[in-house]
Amino acid sequence: MPKSPMARMIIYGVIATAILLPISLSIDWFPHQGAAAADKIDTLYDVLLIVSVPIFVLVMTVAIYSVIRFRARPGDSGDGPPIHGDARLEVVCVVIPFILVSALAAYAWITLNDIEQKKKGELVVNVTGQQFTWRYSYAGPGGKKVESTQLYLPVNRQVKFEIHSKDVIHSFWIPDFRLKSDAVPGITTNWRARPTKLGVHDVVCTELCGPGHALMRGTVRVVPDQQFTAWLGKQAGGAVATAPPGGGGGAPSTALGKQAFDQNGCGGCHKLAAAGSSGTVGPDLDNVLQDAAKFAKGKPPADYVRESIVNPDAFVVPGFPKGTMPKTFAKLPPDQIDALVQLLTAGGKKK
Amino acid sequence: MTMAARFRAPGWYRALLAIPLGFALAAAIDIGVRALYGWHPIVDWTAIVTVSLIAMPLAFLVGIGCFDYWFRWASGAPTIPEDHSGHGARSWRDYFRVNTDHKVIGIQYIVTTFFFFILGGVMAMLMRAELASPGTQFVDPNTFNGLFSVHASLMIFLFIIPVFAGIANYVLPLMIGAPDMAFPRLNALSYWMLPTAGLLMIASFLAPGGAFSTGWTAYAPLSDHMPLGQTFFNVAVQFAGASSIATALNFLVTIITMRAPGMTFWRMPLLVWANFTTSLLVVIATPFIAGSQFFVLFDRTLGMHFFDPGRSGDVLMYQHVFWFYSHPAVYIMMLPGFGIVSEVISTHARKPIFGYRMMAFSLMAIVVLGFTVWAHHMFVSGMFPWLRVPMMLTTMLIAVPTGIKIFSWLATLWRGVIHLRTPMLFALGFITMFTLGGISGIMLAVIPFDIHVSDTYFVVAHIHYVLFGGSVFTIFAGIYHWFPKMTGRMYDEGLGKIHFWLSFVFFNLTFGPMHLVGIDGMPRRVADYASEFATLNALISISAFIFGLSFLVFLYNMVASWRHGPAAEGNPWRAHTLEWQVSSPPPIFNFDDVPTVVGGPYEYGVPGAVHGVFKDQEPVAAGKTATAGVAE
Repeated sequence: MPKSPMARMIIYGVIATAILLPISLSIDWFPHQGAAAADKIDTLYDVLLIVSVPIFVLVMTVAIYSVIRFRARPGDSGDGPPIHGDARLEVVCVVIPFILVSALAAYAWITLNDIEQKKKGELVVNVTGQQFTWRYSYAGPGGKKVESTQLYLPVNRQVKFEIHSKDVIHSFWIPDFRLKSDAVPGITTNWRARPTKLGVHDVVCTELCGPGHALMRGTVRVVPDQQFTAWLGKQAGGAVATAPPGGGGGAPSTALGKQAFDQNGCGGCHKLAAAGSSGTVGPDLDNVLQDAAKFAKGKPPADYVRESIVNPDAFVVPGFPKGTMPKTFAKLPPDQIDALVQLLTAGGKKK
Repeated sequence: MTMAARFRAPGWYRALLAIPLGFALAAAIDIGVRALYGWHPIVDWTAIVTVSLIAMPLAFLVGIGCFDYWFRWASGAPTIPEDHSGHGARSWRDYFRVNTDHKVIGIQYIVTTFFFFILGGVMAMLMRAELASPGTQFVDPNTFNGLFSVHASLMIFLFIIPVFAGIANYVLPLMIGAPDMAFPRLNALSYWMLPTAGLLMIASFLAPGGAFSTGWTAYAPLSDHMPLGQTFFNVAVQFAGASSIATALNFLVTIITMRAPGMTFWRMPLLVWANFTTSLLVVIATPFIAGSQFFVLFDRTLGMHFFDPGRSGDVLMYQHVFWFYSHPAVYIMMLPGFGIVSEVISTHARKPIFGYRMMAFSLMAIVVLGFTVWAHHMFVSGMFPWLRVPMMLTTMLIAVPTGIKIFSWLATLWRGVIHLRTPMLFALGFITMFTLGGISGIMLAVIPFDIHVSDTYFVVAHIHYVLFGGSVFTIFAGIYHWFPKMTGRMYDEGLGKIHFWLSFVFFNLTFGPMHLVGIDGMPRRVADYASEFATLNALISISAFIFGLSFLVFLYNMVASWRHGPAAEGNPWRAHTLEWQVSSPPPIFNFDDVPTVVGGPYEYGVPGAVHGVFKDQEPVAAGKTATAGVAE
């Protein structure tokens, strides 16, 4: 072991770095890589770790070594040497961090340009955030608008999300893609990604948007291109197919109800077989009549449903948190509310 | 005193009478205006509560006696000459009245802020109880959102910012050889606005719809539409902000005009430099958060639409104005801590601060750069994309002056005679955690990485590393360091060390894993989370509970030592700065005669060097040390 304290500290520092750096790099920090940008961002993080760990070790080595080596012996009332500074050392400790952060910033800028690059033939998906769900719309075959509460994406094709908000600020994040942007009322924001991994990935809202914020989670299904095209075609055609099946005075009203149900994003939080939705944030509406019978004894089911729409906290189904459902649905046009009530009270009987 | 006299004299009787009068006045104004306009209903409780939230605290301040002297002077009535009988505290009751003594105000500040620190901490414990497992078991989401919003607001506006003002209030005039602050009555008013602001925030839990639940950031337009509790926040921030601005002005004037003879700027202790620069930040930046909250208040109550996109409101403007204060606020919460750590390390390592002038310059550099980085909080907000890269650069550049400070503390430790007393332990713990917080800060400045982790638990981990591992550890260091000076008694060293190790270990076990869950995909501000994060969250909650309990050791140490601790001498640490050259606690007017400063504040190891001399002392080696203090 060399005598000089500098040489000793360098040896300790190198040993500590040699132990800590592989450990920090081997930790499985990130979720799965689901898009092209993920690999670049994960690599960037590895570089940040490679720079950071030695810096932390440097600070700690000097601090711990000093505390052990220069600790006052019992009864020592002396002072250290009156060293007031060293101009050269101080210049060095300005210049080195300056170069280091400038280099990091340059690398970050290059990566940023890389992940935000435009590509030809982008698929544009409109994303709309609202309390507390996401809705998506695509340009279907023949320019027909296709709406969905489930996000589908084709694999290996660049997507541009055009992000909007209907009420407050949300943030549209797909952790597996490593990308996010706020959904801001009044403006359109966007980000681009090329999904690379088939399967289901999480969609998470990361901007506090009200009592139901924690529950504003969904999924994206990344599917092969043909499957996506087929799905899109089916959705575009499906809108025509689900037109009123003709017959019966009640049918047009449930169609109107379904339309209101889709338009207002009810399916983002509620399951309703009649509307093909599968949300789990709020109570299962396929059971709404049973719930009404159980909890609103003596009250007609229609009144129970109406109250739940316009004044959602008046009664909350046990097991679900109070204050989650937005109160804004009270402001819907009366005919839409009527249609929803009709849909929900009819749905149970038919199915 | 007769009952009538009690209600006339400044104090609690008059204050308790004034509060309902304030409410009545608010109700009368509100009902009167609505009647004049012919609006229905004439009695609108939301409006009455809103106006009385402003009127009642003001009435309280008038009642307790903050304005008596000024009212008399302004109205031409004979002012009561200051006979200084109000100075000093003879019993605990003196801490509960308007007092103009900076040392009494300092203690009032510190005790009040620690009271709110405990409340904020209890809220953190409730949150960790809810987060111990996925799903909602303990509180409903709305209450949870209220808990983290009030927790953050109390910790920032009622603990970290004002507790530094409290410590500086006590120590700073002593350090520069002044008998008091420049404006003692303004100082008292600054203090009394604080508990008012804190109680407003707590009281919001009683509002219909629950406490404000939009986070301490209160982003519009969500905050425009939330229930009444949000108004409590809008108004509370005004009182806390006014208190902050008034204190900062007071510090600036005190430091500029009231230094003892010979105390040039380059002989000021670094704590004084730190509070000088912090006060500059406060005075320039704080009006912006006041503005942002007034915008929201006007949107909510007067039907304006600053943030209503449907009526040409600009939603992003809120964030720009808010962060133009709230990023400098991070330095408002950090620079005084830098000052404390400089004092503690130099004194307990018995060495001059390495590169004293560079330390002062780096504080100034942080002030200037601190105003050029606000939009790094908005990389994913949808603002102009071109603003991102410049803000990344300036943010990373702040690492340079900050790096200088860490380097300088390390170089001060080097070859020192290090006494590992409790304040020194906390200063060393601070260096460790602040370095980690600084590193994660650089990572967050890197835009592509920030896009992924913005608004996740990674950010929660980062801010707790800088604000708890950073600021709060310096606060503990400062409290232990000056405890003998403030109370005249010694704290228990053994308990202090237990407190340090418990909080150091469990702090890291609590907040360290949050980096991982954040990168792995857990958003912040959620009562419920995906089940894949369950294991780590359970671990975090258990550590958090032990971490919370470790505070009880500190509390016991403080209370027991203050009552029964062994008497402290004037200068138990053998420090050179002026506050240690007087008795503990100091005389009512600090110095029996004004000291003359003859050298730098940290001349450890220079034979015979002193910082200041008193008339009855020989100016030892004055000529020799006068220039040594600034040699580099």
